[in-house]
Amino acid sequence: MALLEIEDLEVEFPNRHGTLTALRGINFTLDESERLGIVGESGAGKSMAAFAILNLISEPGRISKGRIVFEGRDLAKLDEEEIRAIRGDRISMIFQDPMMTLNPVLTVGVQMIETLKAHRDISDEDARKLALARLREVQIPSPEARLDAYPHELSGGLRQRVVIAIALLSDPAIIIADEPTTALDVTIQAEVLALLLALCRDHATALILITHDLAVVSQITERIIVMYAGSIVEAGATRQIIDTPQHPYTIGLIAALPEQNAPGQPLNQIRGSMPSLNNIPPGCAFAPRCDYATDICHRIVPNLTTAHGQSVACHHAGQLQPQESVRDTERAVS
Amino acid sequence: MSDTTQSAPGPLSRLLASDIFYRFRRDPVAIVSATIVLLFVLAAALAPLIAPQNPYDLTQLDIMDSEVPPFWQEQGDPRFLLGSDHQGRDMLSTILYGTGLSLIIGVFAVLLQAFLGVSIGLIAGYNGGRIDAFFMRLADIQLSLSTLMIAIIALAVFQAAFGSELYQDLAIIMLILVIGIAEWPQYARTVRASVLAERSKEYVDAARVIGLPRSRIMIRHILPNTLSPVLVISTVQVAEAIIAEASLSFLGLGMPVTQPSLGSLIRSGFEYIFSGSWWITIIPSIVLVVLILALNLLGDWLRDALNPRLYSRR
Repeated sequence: MALLEIEDLEVEFPNRHGTLTALRGINFTLDESERLGIVGESGAGKSMAAFAILNLISEPGRISKGRIVFEGRDLAKLDEEEIRAIRGDRISMIFQDPMMTLNPVLTVGVQMIETLKAHRDISDEDARKLALARLREVQIPSPEARLDAYPHELSGGLRQRVVIAIALLSDPAIIIADEPTTALDVTIQAEVLALLLALCRDHATALILITHDLAVVSQITERIIVMYAGSIVEAGATRQIIDTPQHPYTIGLIAALPEQNAPGQPLNQIRGSMPSLNNIPPGCAFAPRCDYATDICHRIVPNLTTAHGQSVACHHAGQLQPQESVRDTERAVS
Repeated sequence: MSDTTQSAPGPLSRLLASDIFYRFRRDPVAIVSATIVLLFVLAAALAPLIAPQNPYDLTQLDIMDSEVPPFWQEQGDPRFLLGSDHQGRDMLSTILYGTGLSLIIGVFAVLLQAFLGVSIGLIAGYNGGRIDAFFMRLADIQLSLSTLMIAIIALAVFQAAFGSELYQDLAIIMLILVIGIAEWPQYARTVRASVLAERSKEYVDAARVIGLPRSRIMIRHILPNTLSPVLVISTVQVAEAIIAEASLSFLGLGMPVTQPSLGSLIRSGFEYIFSGSWWITIIPSIVLVVLILALNLLGDWLRDALNPRLYSRR
């Protein structure tokens, strides 16, 4: 049985224009110690999905439909007290900017011990020992000294390691990492990703990696979900998605990777931008930007259909020859 | 920031090494005003030891010594360095004791203000919505009535209801309560504004993700991050509270004549100013002005020192 099962999740924000649906019909599962990537542009709903799992959607947003089943319980229906026991203990989260996620006025040690004490009966001394052990695990040099340091005394890379150590503290079943390396520079990025991957393997922890960087996802995850305008447009095994993307949006994303371009040539991009959630076009949300869109795309919302383990929400799924077309343009360009 | 790898230094060496202390040392105005405030506090605390006379002890008073001018004047008496008032009380002793009373009332009233204001600001800012709207409208209403007006009404009603005998015994507590309660909106507004800014920061989300309870997030995570403006307004508020107490005493609603604060001293001498005994009013007034000025200058300095945006200017 899957560790986490999300069924038909919908998140709404009432506003003055009526109701804005930030997530619609999200379905996915996560197995134990599986690594899942969620990819999409800014505003596609990636982070919203993560926050929804922990029931942390800020007011006035709310989960209006669907179930989030974790260890046999529906997280969407738990009360504040019950969900709090799960947050940070069974499911923990790593945020994008380590400059912002640590409280500037508390030492690293205080923040780690506090996390432990929030969930279990543990003496300060034991908590400190465990915190030290975790700091060692994330390869922080001279961890004893770091424990008494304030966040501003640490570099960005070190801080993100501290954040990872905090996320690992209570040996969670799932770690949700929301763009964990976006705020770091490239060399540190690779180190932190490698560390995260190694830790998840060692602890058999499931990972949900949220990012807009397909390269990052392809290195780390086993499965990928591609989101667009609050819906899942494509899902499948990482290799499958990278090698044979079916949805025009995924094809566009892959074509947009700098690696796909010859040096000196302008980068490929998907024209236009994502529609505002206030006026999602009827039919396929991606249709206005899609090179392959036909009449039906503008009228009818495509369903997510699965073939060979790969799910695609496109009327023309399977009819496109994406790899060829990408390669063709590439050749033509170079 | 260079000694980060050493083990934690003690609180004192930490303070001495801090930016704040460095800026303090380089600012003569801050040093002078802090010294003045410190001297006042020490003098007031040690009043029973250093004052030549106990002004509360009626047996030590002699009406024949009344209205002796300060020592540098012709009829001055070395026993009364700063002269004496119309009851023969030594002005120096009375001022020392009175400064103590003024400071006690100022500090405790501000503690009460801060406690009320910070709690309300924190709750209003963190919860938002109706709770926020309710408390902030309450603050608006309170601010539209002046502190003095509220205090005069409250104290006059209390005096009328319970008689002035009881009032004299409870004057200190009443003044602390009235000034403390009347001024909470200053704190509430300041704290709420900082809480609103802090609440949207990621470390608060992170604390929620960790699974900490609301109360702990509010008190342990947000509150310490809002304290520097609180510290700044506190110095100014102490000055304000001392002025409020002095004004009330001057109006006859504050400390009784038998237990005079600076304000009631100024008032009691005011009646004699035209008969030539100027020192009974003027000397406590100077003390009051110097104390308030020192507190305000200290507050100004603190505001500049705690505001990183002003760092580069000096």
